[in-house]
Amino acid sequence: MIKRAIAFALLAGLGLVFLALWQGFEPDPSLNRSALYYAENTVTDTGAANIVAAVIVTYRGLDTLGEVTVLFLTAAIVAMVLRGGLADSGPRPGRWPTGELLHTGSRLLVPLIALFGAYVFLNGHLTPGGGFQGGAIIASAMLLMLLTDPARNFSHRLIATTESVSGLAYVAIGLAGMALAGGFLDNRILPMGEFGSILSAGAIPLIYALIGLKVGAEFSSILLSLSEREK
Amino acid sequence: MSILTGMSVVLAAGMIVAALVAISPQRSIAISIIASGAVSLFASVMFLLLAAPDVAMTEAAIGSGLTTFLFFFVLGRVRGGGDD
Repeated sequence: MIKRAIAFALLAGLGLVFLALWQGFEPDPSLNRSALYYAENTVTDTGAANIVAAVIVTYRGLDTLGEVTVLFLTAAIVAMVLRGGLADSGPRPGRWPTGELLHTGSRLLVPLIALFGAYVFLNGHLTPGGGFQGGAIIASAMLLMLLTDPARNFSHRLIATTESVSGLAYVAIGLAGMALAGGFLDNRILPMGEFGSILSAGAIPLIYALIGLKVGAEFSSILLSLSEREK
Repeated sequence: MSILTGMSVVLAAGMIVAALVAISPQRSIAISIIASGAVSLFASVMFLLLAAPDVAMTEAAIGSGLTTFLFFFVLGRVRGGGDD
């Protein structure tokens, strides 16, 4: 009883804090200084049509590298923790065979979903979307394959190689930015191209493709090590 | 009240209802997982309405797609260990 009262008191306190925040909120009449800088200078600085992509890949590129590293650590820890559990063999009793509908549907859908993921990260500098979104979409294609045929053998080695090669290439492009252009992960190491075309904005499409492959490989490896229990 | 505000309010109400379903103790864990996926789905439509399509795509793909199945895989792994 007293536990419940404490929980309600805490919730009420939290509600009061949010109420005070909400009542003191006034929308800014104009963009603040950093937002104004991005809105005015993104096109001349980076040549990207999608300002969000320019911020994620170029202005705050180091943060993105950190995020990808965190995801990599998560995938590595999941694989490490679950590796011991693979030993128990024998078929799981509750596993029903997957239906014909799922099989046929996934044969049609998996290539389309993977293609859409590649489209999302290759067009990240032009339209909404980018490496993280595209990578997650590719991992959902992988998830559909896993659901269709849980006993299928996926190549761990291919996933690990994709992950590490794209991570290394990402850091190498960042260092090349230091050597050839203005700083770490500067996108001006490649020609800027025509604004709005697919090969524009310097290294942003390349970096986004690498991020997409890396994120897709990391999510796939997490899903794979979690679903792979009876072998 | 504009259409945008009205839709946002409806979506927020949907999120709260799905969250309540997710935490209600009588239901099974599977229903809770699906309800928490529905919270993410409502949130992603809301992000789209609030002019943040990048965040909406991330939320739809990771929040309501991958995480839901991650929970199901984990549920399948811990089932052997007894109830709850």
